[in-house]
Amino acid sequence: MYANKPGMTQAMDRKKLMKAIHEVSFAVVEMTLYLDTHPYETEAIRYFNHYNKLKNKLEKEYAASYGPLTIANVDGDNNDRKWKWALEELPWRGGCA
Amino acid sequence: MWNYEKRLQYPLKIQNTNPKLAQFIISQYGGPDGELGASMRYLSQRYTMPYPEVAGLLTDIGTEELAHFEMIGAIVYQLTRDLTVEEIEKSGFGPYYIDHTTALWPQAAGGIPFNACEFQSKGDAITDLTENLAAEQKARTTYDNILRVADDPDVCDAIRFLRAREIVHFQRFGEALRLVQEKLDEKNFYAYNPEFDKTVQSR
Repeated sequence: MYANKPGMTQAMDRKKLMKAIHEVSFAVVEMTLYLDTHPYETEAIRYFNHYNKLKNKLEKEYAASYGPLTIANVDGDNNDRKWKWALEELPWRGGCA
Repeated sequence: MWNYEKRLQYPLKIQNTNPKLAQFIISQYGGPDGELGASMRYLSQRYTMPYPEVAGLLTDIGTEELAHFEMIGAIVYQLTRDLTVEEIEKSGFGPYYIDHTTALWPQAAGGIPFNACEFQSKGDAITDLTENLAAEQKARTTYDNILRVADDPDVCDAIRFLRAREIVHFQRFGEALRLVQEKLDEKNFYAYNPEFDKTVQSR
């Protein structure tokens, strides 16, 4: 799932992209806890690395098109006329769901 | 320090309001086995936990619990949107409404306010991890109880996700407890607290 095929993620619309972020982020959370108690399992480390890279990539893509999910993903420049972090809808009000 | 990620851990879209169900579910916001207590328990226990992998696990699970605290807040918020005065009175949501309108406030289903006495941070690795195992099961039981009275599929879906996470955390804490037991001096297993008795070994 979610292999790094070129051009695959560009075609995703917002909802699909968010769904993919939810899914890969869940894998990252789950593997974090697993690795905390199995810190020498190299196969688990590889699995974590795959999804963590994908998570960072998808979140950057989301930030570029719709707004940042974390402050680290704010990719602004001096021509920006609005602060998207504050203006995008909050998750409990249906944003980023 | 922490970074905020502007999304819920699991997507949530509740179509119908239901203040009565909100009053049940708020127990997982600030009740005796709720997500706030869970997060504070693990984030408080970790400082004196002598084994870095276990202190790391406490940090990571404590962090995930904050995301669950947010999900419960969002569920209660969405269940109590746009209420009429009639709905408030009929549903039994009135007493809560009088004190908090529809704002979120950590309390148990029965109205008892959140209290740090609902969790322990005891400073003994075996004691704390055993508490955590029980705590995850208590939270799982509470989610089971919620699932018995909830019939809204949008709510049940999110509650089932949270219930499953309690089971995963129970599993990880079980591994952490085994890890600590393996590290303890077997000759002095029950008398030695690795968080405090650091000099006992050399005596």
